[in-house]
Amino acid sequence: MADADEGVKPANGKPETKLLDELEKGPWPSFVTEIKSAQGVTGGAEDLLGQLELSYEDKVSHWKHGGLVGVLGYGGGVIGRYSDVGEQFPKVAHFHTLRVNQPAGWFYTSEALRTISDIWERHGSGLTNMHGSTGDMILLGTTTDHLEATFQELTHAGFDLGGSGSAVRTPSCCVGMARCEWACFDAMKLCYDLTMAYQDELHRPALPYKFKIKCSACPNDCVAAIARADLSVIGTWKDDIRIDQAEVANYATAGVDIQKDICANCPTRCMDWNGKELNIKNRDCVRCMHCINAMPKALRPGVEKGAVILIGAKAPILQGALLSSVLIPFVAADELLDTLKELIQRIWDFWDEYGTNRERIGELIQRVGLAAFLDGIGLDPAPEMVSAPRDNPYIYYQPAKEDEA
Amino acid sequence: MPTFEVEGKKYDVDEDGFLQEPDLWTEDVAKDFAKSESIDALTDGHWKVINYIRNYYLQFGIAPMVRKVCKETGYKLSEIYQLFPSGPAKGACKLAGLPKPTGCV
Repeated sequence: MADADEGVKPANGKPETKLLDELEKGPWPSFVTEIKSAQGVTGGAEDLLGQLELSYEDKVSHWKHGGLVGVLGYGGGVIGRYSDVGEQFPKVAHFHTLRVNQPAGWFYTSEALRTISDIWERHGSGLTNMHGSTGDMILLGTTTDHLEATFQELTHAGFDLGGSGSAVRTPSCCVGMARCEWACFDAMKLCYDLTMAYQDELHRPALPYKFKIKCSACPNDCVAAIARADLSVIGTWKDDIRIDQAEVANYATAGVDIQKDICANCPTRCMDWNGKELNIKNRDCVRCMHCINAMPKALRPGVEKGAVILIGAKAPILQGALLSSVLIPFVAADELLDTLKELIQRIWDFWDEYGTNRERIGELIQRVGLAAFLDGIGLDPAPEMVSAPRDNPYIYYQPAKEDEA
Repeated sequence: MPTFEVEGKKYDVDEDGFLQEPDLWTEDVAKDFAKSESIDALTDGHWKVINYIRNYYLQFGIAPMVRKVCKETGYKLSEIYQLFPSGPAKGACKLAGLPKPTGCV
């Protein structure tokens, strides 16, 4: 596989990266540029670029499949990586990844980031991925004999490893009430509380497969919980959108075409503008957030706030991608943690009993049917669980019959 | 291929220290590998878990799922981690001579 005479590693130590350089062109950020900027620190960056260039030439990954390393007491948090061209690129021959649990909302002090960077330059390649799609801080590239030392220094600095494997993955959330006026519940607190509640399940994998929990404090869903989390908690409100008519008028005076840009863009056409007043039929509002995002001074979420709990999203690995679908249409903000704990326990009991090895909860629900799942966890079906009932010609409605009986 | 050496004996292992030829397993393998997984001496508790995993592997060709290990041995997951500090997958399966588990344990 590895062609020794490819000349990917010239004498000056910096690898030739003809193919990777293509990825630096254009106006957007480039991971190649970023990795190059770390050259000369630990040598990890040079060999990583060298191996990747070779991968692009060979059109095959030079990471071996799998690896099983970790720290004592934990069954996850470290992902083993080995190169199959380690002799050519010794600095990436062993290149394990550590996941470090991020603070809720990703708020760091500069000192915390320096501490992490220092630890990582001592024990690893110095390369990080802030942040990975899991939400964790990703520390890229170290060897097995550095794992315990890194872990010890990280814990002394107040950090902990995140989740990996068939475990609860590190819960993540949006910036919530810390930065955002639309937050319908305290996503950062909920995320922290859930993380602490499930330490055991996070560090010691015991589930049929991974289980991700993500919390977005409003329907803008900044952490894309609905697309990525097995259990998605998304903020919403129960009552009416709050309107400041004077501010709506100000937007109109300032040149916003309310009818065209706001009303006509509403997916359910639930509002109209008569030139003086904006009227919203809140009954038809689907919480798309467009009007609120477009006129933040004039419109605000209602006052009865909480979250909708959805279940089942996943990326395509064994089966195709799924979006989460509604499980509980509304939970008041102050009842969220208790409701979630109870719900999660019931979901896990069902999953434990009926899930097959490496079957995500969304796939299990698809296999056994929503009705059987709801029955199993003791939840009544609700109309909100169906996203678009009349789209499906195989569902047959017979509302009159029940009335007659 | 990496080797693991203990008291003059040599084992062919993979990068993570798992036995390359699961068929070559004997109880001595478990004893010899124990130190490398931070286990001082193998107790009856260790053997209960090792033997269960070994027999499951011989019967089904794969490692059992974690919850099955707990159920069948009667140990809670926390107790398994007390016996095998690096966990059921890395610790117990290695001592039981299984090839490196890719998935669940």
